[in-house]
Amino acid sequence: MSILEFSRGPMLHFALIVFVFGVLWRLTATFLLGFRQRRSEPRVTKGQAMAGGATVLGMRSWPHKEFIGRTAFGEAVGYGYHIGLFTIVLLGAPHVLFWQNLFGFSAPWWPTLPGGLITFISILTVMLMLIATIRRVGHPVLRRISNFDDYFTLVILYALMLTGLMTVLGIGGRYEYILAAHIISFNALLIWFPFSKLMHAFYIFPSRFLNGYMHAKKGAAK
Amino acid sequence: MSTATQSFSRQDAGPQSADERVEGAMRSFAKEFGALVGMNIESCIHCGMCAEACHFYIATEEAKYTPILKVEPFKKIFRRESGAFAPFFKLFNLKSKITVEELEEWQELMFDSCNQCGRCSLVCPMGIEVSELIEIGRRGMYDAGLAPKELADRARYQAEHGHPEEVDKPYAELLSEIGNAHDVEIPLDKSKADVFVCAPRNDMISNPSAVAAMAKVLNKLKVNYTFASNAIVAENYGHYAGSRELQKTISLRIIDAAKKVGAKTVLVPECGHAYMALRWQAADLIGEELPFKVRHVTEFLAEQLAVGKLKLNQVDDEATAFHDPCKIVRKGGVMDAPRELMKALGVNLKEMANHQGYSFCCGGGGGVNDLERAKPLRYKAQELKLHEIDATGARRFLTSCSDCRVAFEDAREYFNWDKRPESLVELVAANIKE
Repeated sequence: MSILEFSRGPMLHFALIVFVFGVLWRLTATFLLGFRQRRSEPRVTKGQAMAGGATVLGMRSWPHKEFIGRTAFGEAVGYGYHIGLFTIVLLGAPHVLFWQNLFGFSAPWWPTLPGGLITFISILTVMLMLIATIRRVGHPVLRRISNFDDYFTLVILYALMLTGLMTVLGIGGRYEYILAAHIISFNALLIWFPFSKLMHAFYIFPSRFLNGYMHAKKGAAK
Repeated sequence: MSTATQSFSRQDAGPQSADERVEGAMRSFAKEFGALVGMNIESCIHCGMCAEACHFYIATEEAKYTPILKVEPFKKIFRRESGAFAPFFKLFNLKSKITVEELEEWQELMFDSCNQCGRCSLVCPMGIEVSELIEIGRRGMYDAGLAPKELADRARYQAEHGHPEEVDKPYAELLSEIGNAHDVEIPLDKSKADVFVCAPRNDMISNPSAVAAMAKVLNKLKVNYTFASNAIVAENYGHYAGSRELQKTISLRIIDAAKKVGAKTVLVPECGHAYMALRWQAADLIGEELPFKVRHVTEFLAEQLAVGKLKLNQVDDEATAFHDPCKIVRKGGVMDAPRELMKALGVNLKEMANHQGYSFCCGGGGGVNDLERAKPLRYKAQELKLHEIDATGARRFLTSCSDCRVAFEDAREYFNWDKRPESLVELVAANIKE
């Protein structure tokens, strides 16, 4: 079995199992801690509180005007590389093919972007990641609150992005090896995901909703 | 890794060893480990945005004042003891055990440099309720015997005596003197009343006219109300110190007194944390719904205004700024009542750049007013606020919390500031239409 076959065969399957069960367990374990009953007289109905939750779920994606002056740069960089990553993963032709093969379905309707554009977006994304990394190391607050999780996650993301670019640009050695390195990086990301801050991709929904719900119950600021 | 720049103080909670203190903190925090807390801890992406909402960080630019960092020891405890992969973290010692030295270092961050104002909770892109985590952290600190002595002592004294420190004369007597001095009848110890009222000790001592003003308005509205000799003080030092038990005991004093007179409403005076403690926390602490409504005095007066019972004269055209007390407005949900009252008074309101839900704290909330050693840091944070108030061009300065007034009064003296914080309820009382 070649390294490429291993990376997209047994290793990928193992990584997917870790990812799926890990994510499910981490979410389940959090919810199993249970919700305390709140006994104070609410200011609004349950429906209105739910609407408050939904509002924060959506609106927190954009900072309040009171904060934007101080947070705009960090948010712009964060949004920039997140959008870049999603575009590459969901609209890059090789990735679309990968998803279809992995999940065993054909979707000719699934749009893709031209390879050159995806390469450009990838380079831009890596540059934004670099800015984010420099901020994390250089900004006193970010440096102070960062831990192994932050840096290791970045290492895996860099490995994934750089091997992907090397595959497309044909640099760094034999194509099979570079592609294998790219898939191994992806597998590492899947395995690391449930243990790391990457879980924010799932936590963001209940966390924002609950914040909005609890605040709305009190009539507090959202 | 040291964070402390201020002298550490330990509550006098008996001869606890270092291990016992750590165990106390861990047991305490474990009590609070629910899904909501878990979600808050698990969601953090270390983006640091909470710092950009915190006046202590903005004023000092010291990274240690980043709100989410203030609960770092408890995040560690959660991951090690209750997180989804706790056994894994424990087995490989990926999250080391918390030490008493770490907890001692964090005392300044949890108490001196946090007003529990909740502004950080509005900026977090993940929706983490940071200030609630800090409040839970304070409870852990209290149970570890590591709450600042000033707060812990006052909490214990208040739980036992009904007021937080020794007084020259009983508060009931003081209340009666305030009534006589301001020529207003203040009912005390009535056997039955629709509304039960308490008063801020700050006002009883330093600003008695605010207490008289509240009584005057209630008398004008012909409200059937009473104070009770054994439950006059509104403040709850248990809330500040982080003691569940003491907070509960102190709340129960008011709850029981209100039940005894058959009150349908408990009226919380101009006191932010008293409102938070009674309105949003008391029922959870005692484990049952309260048999009465809890209303802040501005909320109550706005309701009276809405139904036409309260009619007000127009005040002068003086440019006026209003400070929104965090625990009444942003966190307490009394968002519009103060402005409805000011509108009815025809106040020429000049809003600050950050107001209502996004207002900066006065700097004294969360017990910080009571910590002498926190003053230098508090003044730095308050400077931000004073500049914002000055930028409105206002000459009159109003607020609806006695603790905020204490903080601003202190800052006024320190900075030789040209404004005096005034009570909104006093302005209402002085302008009731006959």
